[in-house]
Amino acid sequence: MITVTKLEKSYGRLKVLQPLSATFQAEQAVSLIGPNGSGKTTFIKSILGLVVPDAGEISFLGEPIRGGWQYRRDIGYMPQIGRYPDNMKIRQVFAMMKDLRGTNQSPAQSNYLDEELIRAFGLPALFDKTMQSLSGGTRQKVSACLAFLFDPKVLILDEPTAGLDPLASEILKDKILKEKAKGKLILITSHVLSDLDELTTDVMYLQDGQLQFFKPVEWLQDITGEVKLGRAIASIMSNERKSERVNE
Amino acid sequence: MKLLRYVLLLLFPLLASARTVVVGPSGPVHTIRQGLAQAAPFDTLLIQKGLYREINLMVDKPLVILGQNYPVVDGEKKGEIFTIRAADVTVQGLELRNVGRTSTIDWAAVKILSTRRVRVVGNRIRNAYFGVYMSASDNCLVRQNDIAGSPQEEQTTGNAIHAWKCDSLTILNNHIRGHRDGIYFEFVTHSTIRQNYSHGNIRYGLHFMFSHENSYFYNTFRENGAGVAVMYTRKVIMRHNHFEQNWGSAAYGLLLKDISDSQIEQNTFRKNTVGIHMEGTSRINCRNNRLTENGWGMRIQASCNDNVFSQNTFIANTFDVATNGTTVFNTFDRNYWDKYEGYDLNRDGRGDVPYHPVSLYSMIIEQMPHGVVLLRSFIVTLLDRAEKVIPSLTPEALVDANPLMKQP
Amino acid sequence: MNKVIKYVWLDILQNRIVLAYTVFLLVVSATLFGMESNASKGLMSLLNIVLMVVPLISLIFTTIHFYNSYEFIELLLAQPINRSKLLLSEFAGVASSLVTAFLVGVGGPVLLYAPGSTGAALLAAGVALTLVFVALAFLASVCTRDKAKGIGLALLIWFYFGLLYDGLVLTILFSFSDYPLEKAMLVLTTLNPVDLARIFIMLQMDVSALMGYTGALYQEFFGSMTGSLYALGVMLVWAVVPVWLAVRVFAKKDL
Repeated sequence: MITVTKLEKSYGRLKVLQPLSATFQAEQAVSLIGPNGSGKTTFIKSILGLVVPDAGEISFLGEPIRGGWQYRRDIGYMPQIGRYPDNMKIRQVFAMMKDLRGTNQSPAQSNYLDEELIRAFGLPALFDKTMQSLSGGTRQKVSACLAFLFDPKVLILDEPTAGLDPLASEILKDKILKEKAKGKLILITSHVLSDLDELTTDVMYLQDGQLQFFKPVEWLQDITGEVKLGRAIASIMSNERKSERVNE
Repeated sequence: MKLLRYVLLLLFPLLASARTVVVGPSGPVHTIRQGLAQAAPFDTLLIQKGLYREINLMVDKPLVILGQNYPVVDGEKKGEIFTIRAADVTVQGLELRNVGRTSTIDWAAVKILSTRRVRVVGNRIRNAYFGVYMSASDNCLVRQNDIAGSPQEEQTTGNAIHAWKCDSLTILNNHIRGHRDGIYFEFVTHSTIRQNYSHGNIRYGLHFMFSHENSYFYNTFRENGAGVAVMYTRKVIMRHNHFEQNWGSAAYGLLLKDISDSQIEQNTFRKNTVGIHMEGTSRINCRNNRLTENGWGMRIQASCNDNVFSQNTFIANTFDVATNGTTVFNTFDRNYWDKYEGYDLNRDGRGDVPYHPVSLYSMIIEQMPHGVVLLRSFIVTLLDRAEKVIPSLTPEALVDANPLMKQP
Repeated sequence: MNKVIKYVWLDILQNRIVLAYTVFLLVVSATLFGMESNASKGLMSLLNIVLMVVPLISLIFTTIHFYNSYEFIELLLAQPINRSKLLLSEFAGVASSLVTAFLVGVGGPVLLYAPGSTGAALLAAGVALTLVFVALAFLASVCTRDKAKGIGLALLIWFYFGLLYDGLVLTILFSFSDYPLEKAMLVLTTLNPVDLARIFIMLQMDVSALMGYTGALYQEFFGSMTGSLYALGVMLVWAVVPVWLAVRVFAKKDL
């Protein structure tokens, strides 16, 4: 569904993304992991068109996205830190998004709105609170609901479980699983590995803007002999470091 | 010959008592020319209401020419109407109109040549080239005339009241408009100009040159093309006059050029481009005048000296005083300036801080007239403020040491 | 696009600064007209407000608004919304709010105390200046990364057009006072929107007589069809070009 070819981005002298290529398919749940500052957020922001890459190309459903905006109809995005106009109430935020996206839906999509998560999080009780009065967690819930609201083909979730309480976290995971089952592509960045174990089909590992590997979970488990995803990755990382030292 | 005529003139009243000759459209004498011919010196020529198409009427004996209900004498633009060569002539109560225009002769509604004691009173003069034209005549009176021209170009319109080489004239209470100059004097002395209203003239409301020791009281000069200009003259007295709304890039409330030993007092200058413009002017006492809403209150060129400006009121002028010189030989004392921001701690009615009426910006545009495009811009305000705090370019000596706290 | 403008308006209405600006203009205008003995003097005093305060408020308000709605912009840009359209909507929303504030705050009193061509010129100039400086503020905002820098740049723009530019003109006048400069001055002053507005209004106030030959030249120029079109054109260029540049920069800006 998404093909990334030789994507490059630097902020001034700092190279945030080295030439990076990857292809994402439907029904994949990709965990995009890496240490802080490894370029995860820049990568997904590039896909969203929020960051304009220096070189390389991203195509979405076969179409290059450069300069386009219509393709975002098919994306639901949950930012790392959801920021909203302070004076708006939750109700107004939802209303506004429905209003703005309502006419922007492609004809193929019905006006179906997925409000399951809103109910699951119990947000209707908080509808009349302003955004600035919300806790970080509640704000994350709003972000999550907005991402799923329009039933998009692709879900991009930036650190979705950070700041959520365990209960909410579980609700969100269930929802992600459910959507994955519908044949959607799900891109998740996280550095908390254990949270994602059950969801992930593939792991994409970034470090200093470089793609270290992008493999199915099964392959990782096979090669490392570890069942737990976290351990499998840790094992690979340590092997790589060893080989790097040998190379040096 | 001349002496004989004077003797005869003196003898006439003794020879015959004055009678009245009636000129009327229906009477036996139906033209003014006939009437003038029949009348004896000191007679009264009574002109009845009607239309008389006559030109070049020569008056060569003392007469009272009196109109009844404003009879109309129409020159049909062919020439002059009355030419008066005799003394003691009165022209009163007529409507004189359509005087001819030529470039060679100054035709007038009433022309007074080399004589004395002529009275032009209460006439209406319409569409004349010149209105009342006096040449080398003394002790004449021009009173209560209503003179309206039909202004064309400066060259093809004459003056309403024109005097050349005259003495002891009285110009009183006339209403003048639409001529080249409202009142024009050249080599006129010892005369009084009082309570006239001169407005809407193409050039000047009042214009005089080489006319010494004249007095101007209670006149109003309004909306004239170039305001009022007076030149090359000594001992002028101007009091209680109004100079108003003379607005245009070359208009002055009062332009003084080479004027000396004069009094300008209690006049009002309102809404003129320049209230008073002075060039080569000296020993003038300028007191108790009100200068309001002018572009420049006063423009004093460097060639002016020993003038005294006191107890004048300056309100809402864009520039109160401008000068092109840096050294100043004039005195400002006890004027009221609405822009003054000082204080009066000892409460003697005079500000404790001297006032410098010349702003930096006014100095700048005296030197560089293009600079005027920055008028009312922020930088100009700022520059003027800075100059007030640390004066550097404006003339230090042009200062009012005793600015009044209240209008005099 | 219209929907975005709606939310920009909603946001502007909620923070009440524009309302305060309207009230401020209203109070100042009414006070000036009340204090001055006649309406034309009131207009003259109001001229300074229009020339200095309107650009300043337009610049500062727009910059602050832009940075305060950064989240909102970010949120919307993750949605299927065109970037250029979003920025143009922001511009339209802010500009229309400030123009409305100006027309109510200054237009009201002018209509009441001094209706006529001078008042109309003052209002037209104020509207034009609002548009120009909102446009410049958008350009400044998309070119800077944080609020402090943005406001700094906005103040610099204000300082430049309000003061520095005229200082330069004055310097040029001093340096080349021996040359015939009328035409050059005309062009130079009209390149600055603040000067252009000032001269445009002053010509209506029949101050032109004060300006002597230069004034006559300006009067003749602005009185002509070409001159009016030129003035309109300059203002339009000052409003459109910064917006166009801002859109271009914004299209490549990383959020």
